Amino acid sequence: MPRITITVDGIKYEEDVEPRLLLVHLLRERLGRTGTPVGCDTSNCGACTVMLDGKSAKSCSVLAVQADGCDVVTIEGLGTNGTNGSMHPMQRAFHEEHALQCGYCTPGMVMAAIDLLRNDPEPSEETIRQGLEGNLCRCTGYCNIVRAVRRGAQEMGRAVNTP
Amino acid sequence: MIPAQFDYVRPGSVAEACRELASDEDAKALAGGQSLLPFLRLRLAYPSKLVDIGRLAELKGVHERGDHVHIGALATHDEVMRSPVVNAGCPLVALAVAQVADPAIRHRGTFGGSLAHADPAGDLPAVALALDAVFVAASEQGEREIPAAAFFVDYLESSLRQGEILAGVRIPKLGAGWGFHYEKFHRTAQAWAIVGVAAAVRRSNGSIAEARIGLTNMGPTPVRAHAAEAALRGAELGDQVRRACAEAAAGTAPPADLHAQPDYRRHLAEVLTGRAVRAAAGAG
Repeated sequence: MPRITITVDGIKYEEDVEPRLLLVHLLRERLGRTGTPVGCDTSNCGACTVMLDGKSAKSCSVLAVQADGCDVVTIEGLGTNGTNGSMHPMQRAFHEEHALQCGYCTPGMVMAAIDLLRNDPEPSEETIRQGLEGNLCRCTGYCNIVRAVRRGAQEMGRAVNTP
Repeated sequence: MIPAQFDYVRPGSVAEACRELASDEDAKALAGGQSLLPFLRLRLAYPSKLVDIGRLAELKGVHERGDHVHIGALATHDEVMRSPVVNAGCPLVALAVAQVADPAIRHRGTFGGSLAHADPAGDLPAVALALDAVFVAASEQGEREIPAAAFFVDYLESSLRQGEILAGVRIPKLGAGWGFHYEKFHRTAQAWAIVGVAAAVRRSNGSIAEARIGLTNMGPTPVRAHAAEAALRGAELGDQVRRACAEAAAGTAPPADLHAQPDYRRHLAEVLTGRAVRAAAGAG
């Protein structure tokens, strides 16, 4: 069984993995990161989106062995110490703008939102909608999600600009 | 679902990867995995072994090469879409690749993987065909070139042989005067094209001097709309172009599935070819 080294939310792990083990199952079942849900079986929904070496990836479509040596950030690694008081600005914006109903898609939405700001820190509504095209909200609460991403982007810009 | 069991190797060179693939007819090459992993999860494929070529530096990057652009098989869709070399030298590729799936998949999915997968519903095969791209296959014996017209053999089947991997693709640059458009009709944002049309058009004095049209999802392989291409030669923008584009589906055998019946696909091909040709000709 291949042995991999993987950094998840800043912690380094060494794991023996079956080649067919999906990254999302490694995260959830072995490393306890149940904040990353499995939504679909077709790579459509984006609920399992994580950052893989700094870029968004659907963790149901990556083998754990492919992530050997990589750095993964899940929704649980965004806040500074995992409590409400230290939520990431994008998480806080989703909370403030009521950008979730059932909440199942939210971890993936937040990761995709942060990812789209890499290329455009001040995105238009159109850019946000395009950037989230791989993430489905079956409660269809997209209007509030788009608002939240805008607000999160503003907060993140402010955080960067504040000395 | 969880994929069936398979062995996994991560060779350190292209030669070693080819050896692994040559020695086992049920082995499959794994690049970004964005087409292969969904197949494995749905248990539509049962490879004995995955040969992970995803880290081979020899297959990476996009390179300017005079009369063509060389796109390494492992260049990701995201990388190709943002490449200044691609945007300048073969803009049709940049336009189409930006419409492949969604941002997260474009970060992992590779240009070569998506072509070697040979899915007629994929966006890139029709583009490669329309641009007369040249596929470079690597094996233990060295490299060989395969013209796009000979690369796509059947549904999900390319002319790559056992022990060969796709190393890269050469996209010939078309000179000044050409315009491009990729028109995709799909049900939801990241879904496959029900029908797609890749068009490259050279205009001269208000009429079309030359057109190349590749069709997505209009048969078991991507196809060229030869009849429409011939009818477009010398056609004036307006009625003549409209009549020529009505030939787009001639000779095609489009599939029937839950999204569309063949007659509807033929209708789409005609309408979308009209849109793609007009947009490529700069006539909206």
